[in-house]
Amino acid sequence: MGSYILKRLVSAVPVVLGLTIVVFLIMAMIPGDPATAILGAYATPENVARINRDLGLDQPLPVRYFIWLTSLLQGDFGRSYSLNRPVLDEVWERFQATLLLAGASFVICSILGVAAGVVSAARQYGTADKAITFAVLLGISIPSFFLGMMLILIFSVSLGWFPPSGMQGLAYLGGGGFRDVAHHLVLPATALALVALGVIARLSRSAMLEVLRQDYIRTARAKGVDERGVVWRHALKAAMVSIVPVLGLQAGFVLSGAVYIEKVFEWPGVGRMLVDAILQRDLLLVQGGVVLVATLYVLFNIIVDVIQAMLDPRIKT
Amino acid sequence: MTTLALIARNRLALWGGIVLILVILLALVTPWLPLYPPNATDPSIKNAWFGEEGHLLGTDHLGRDILSRLLWGTRVSLAIGFASAVIAAVLGAAIGIVAGYFGGRTDNILMRLIDLIMGFPYILLALAIVAALGPGLMNALIAVAAVNIPFFARNIRGVTVGIAHKEFVDAAKLAGMGHVRIILTEILPNVVPVIVVAASTTVGWMILETAGLSFLGLGSQPPDPDLGSMLGLAKDSLITDPHVSYPPGLMILIIVMSINLLGDGIRDALDPRLRSGALSRPAAATTVDRRGAAPAFRDEGILEMTDLSTEFRLKRRTYKAVGGVTLAVKPGECLGIIGESGSGKSVTALSVMGLVASPPGVITGGAVYVEGEDTVGMPYRQLRALRGDRVAYIFQDPLATLHPLFTVGDQLVEAIRVHHRVSDKEARAKALELLKQVRIPNAESRIDSYPHEMSGGMRQRVGIAMALANDPEVIIADEPTTALDVTVQAQILSLLSDLRRERGLAIVFITHDFGVVAQLCDRVAVMYAGRIVEEGSTSDILRSPAHPYTKRLIACVPELGEGKRALAAIPGLPPAVDRLPDGCHFADRCPKARDVCRQDDVALMGQGGRAVRCLFPEAEVPGAPEAVPGPPVEAEPITADRVEAAQ
Ligand code: SF4
Repeated sequence: MGSYILKRLVSAVPVVLGLTIVVFLIMAMIPGDPATAILGAYATPENVARINRDLGLDQPLPVRYFIWLTSLLQGDFGRSYSLNRPVLDEVWERFQATLLLAGASFVICSILGVAAGVVSAARQYGTADKAITFAVLLGISIPSFFLGMMLILIFSVSLGWFPPSGMQGLAYLGGGGFRDVAHHLVLPATALALVALGVIARLSRSAMLEVLRQDYIRTARAKGVDERGVVWRHALKAAMVSIVPVLGLQAGFVLSGAVYIEKVFEWPGVGRMLVDAILQRDLLLVQGGVVLVATLYVLFNIIVDVIQAMLDPRIKT
Repeated sequence: MTTLALIARNRLALWGGIVLILVILLALVTPWLPLYPPNATDPSIKNAWFGEEGHLLGTDHLGRDILSRLLWGTRVSLAIGFASAVIAAVLGAAIGIVAGYFGGRTDNILMRLIDLIMGFPYILLALAIVAALGPGLMNALIAVAAVNIPFFARNIRGVTVGIAHKEFVDAAKLAGMGHVRIILTEILPNVVPVIVVAASTTVGWMILETAGLSFLGLGSQPPDPDLGSMLGLAKDSLITDPHVSYPPGLMILIIVMSINLLGDGIRDALDPRLRSGALSRPAAATTVDRRGAAPAFRDEGILEMTDLSTEFRLKRRTYKAVGGVTLAVKPGECLGIIGESGSGKSVTALSVMGLVASPPGVITGGAVYVEGEDTVGMPYRQLRALRGDRVAYIFQDPLATLHPLFTVGDQLVEAIRVHHRVSDKEARAKALELLKQVRIPNAESRIDSYPHEMSGGMRQRVGIAMALANDPEVIIADEPTTALDVTVQAQILSLLSDLRRERGLAIVFITHDFGVVAQLCDRVAVMYAGRIVEEGSTSDILRSPAHPYTKRLIACVPELGEGKRALAAIPGLPPAVDRLPDGCHFADRCPKARDVCRQDDVALMGQGGRAVRCLFPEAEVPGAPEAVPGPPVEAEPITADRVEAAQ
């Protein structure tokens, strides 16, 4: 297993490299003078001179890329002009808040989504199946930001159970504010989870239906295994092989949805940071944020692959 | 046309379509409706409630009419959503077709690129694009289209690869058609359904995404309305004026939901696998729909079927897979059931413990007595207790019938523990013992192997060990040696034969191979089109087969293990069991068929366990019509087309 993890890590290197190229090329599409475009409102002569030096903006494209890449490898993501602090620090701090939000809702939607899919498949065409199918349809059709707003109206404004916003960042955790953080987390994590939950439930349902028709399920029944064992042990284990990659994919969707939810709940995460940075035309911050988050996502997917390999002995490790 | 009809038959899809059309019509006629101008502000009536001051849906924080903004915003959102779907579909399809059609290096490079883009959480890419191009509706459109291209490219490449190597494409190439023409005339028409399905399932999603970018302030710019930016503004005054957020939020929900319903309908209509309803989940036990009383217990064996009938009920057709089978096995006896595939022999075997997949399987009549208890219609709990404990199965292909993700040891342990309260350790010791009994070498290390790590013969030994786990009275072996090569087959047969002698097992052995029957079985029942056409002791039947079908089966068995090909040598095919002919079911293939054979049902006639279902049998059977021997059957040469026809 160790060598498999190593192999996957090595194979991720070109992916991350390719990713930096994509981001670099997108940013190179910026029309007009790059220095002023990147600096936007912060284009003082000193700043222009600095960015020209930092990024070698007078150089041809490939050279610029290598200059940029080398500084990335040294951990230098440049400086945010709107916040006047290193990009890396800002992104890392914000990313932790996003990780908390996205992580919590990923756990929620994975567990509930798979469970809903299994129940739905086991009771195919029954009441539970129909109810879940309808809920799933609603889940994938409702904009998460609208859902988040409605949750605020119901659970914050009318019922007063949870705060609508006001999350101060993870610094709170250190100050013994775990309960406060959790309290702030409930609504946004739920809103974020519900959307991916639908997709996961749907795919789990069809994966389960596919597996339940297999010969080895009939074997399990012929052995005298009861229905609970057939569904939750035999079928679910086999279905997980096709569900886990979907979960990996959905993690990307949860992370993406977090951008909207962060705005709705004023969550101090990386998504809101990116949107603000775009509106402020602080492009170095955007560039650095995208590269960092995308790289972490690649690493996450390696974890998913490793889990997959542990689940399925047929995968050569 | 049929596709449209299929979509229309799906109620929900129909409603989705109707609602969507209404919304689109509304968006189209918006410029001619008597509405306030969408951007006209009126500071005197800010945040008016629904219906106030002649504003049906109220006003927003600048006093602009929400109804007007909603309809104009819907126009924009629909247009942007559909436009990005079309762009993504066209570009994605183009990339997919080129990659799939040309293959090789082109394919490799394009797909690497696609994978790379798919490696991003999509919003990051969209944000990067918007960051580079600047916020704005058009740039949001470009971003959403761009991030959805890979999805189309991947799907369509897959389909194209499948088509690119078909004969008609090769023929077109040989005919000297250019690549562009082949793609346009041969490939494109075949991938269009896939494009439509992919598009119909993603349009809703793209509308959500464009609305999302506007919600973030990166799409449509003030003062122009679209549904997302309206929600973005409503968010700012959510707590004081929640009503401003309802119209745009609900409108997006309605649009996307109707598109998703319609999309599901389209997918179901165009995906033939779903169309046939093949994705039904088999129930825990076969449905029983038995009219009339159960036949009485005759006390003829430990397993006794009387007049067992099983059907497959599909939407429009009913297949009578088993049409009244009566059989019995005694302890220590081995009964062979032989027939071609589709003769109903496996369904008969599976009906015993209610293992016929249901839907579509239904047991419609008869009884199955196991130690005197009728399993047909027995409560599930009782049936489950018998399965694997009193009656155990061995199935055909052990690679498919053993669970791929559990070790064989775990599967054996489970088989024991579902019926006996023993500790894990005891069960494991028993499992090891079983593996040794079925002569698996190195059982100690093999016990932790997964099925895919074993050879076919070893896997089948595991299958047998599992059947033996609870010392059953009856073992039903459904073609257990068919997937194995001849030497392994012989080993497995001798193992089964030894086990039967040692343990006094009753075995029901399903096969299509008379060679196997000769080696193992005391008695044989020959099945054809769901019924027994002849039965008797193995030696009687082998020496003097009475039914013309049996005679041919035996005549063309060259030797042990070659049964599959031999059966193909009988001219013609078995009748489709949903359209059984009147009279003798074999008449269409019988060289001796006369008119009288086709008139009435032919009964199974005989006595003392020897019987035949034929008016002009080949050999003398007491209690049956007089023998009229036909010409000797010569084994016919096996030609390729015949083998194909039989399959
Ligand atoms: S009943 Fe007639 S048609 Fe049928 S097998 Fe006998 S001879 Fe042939």
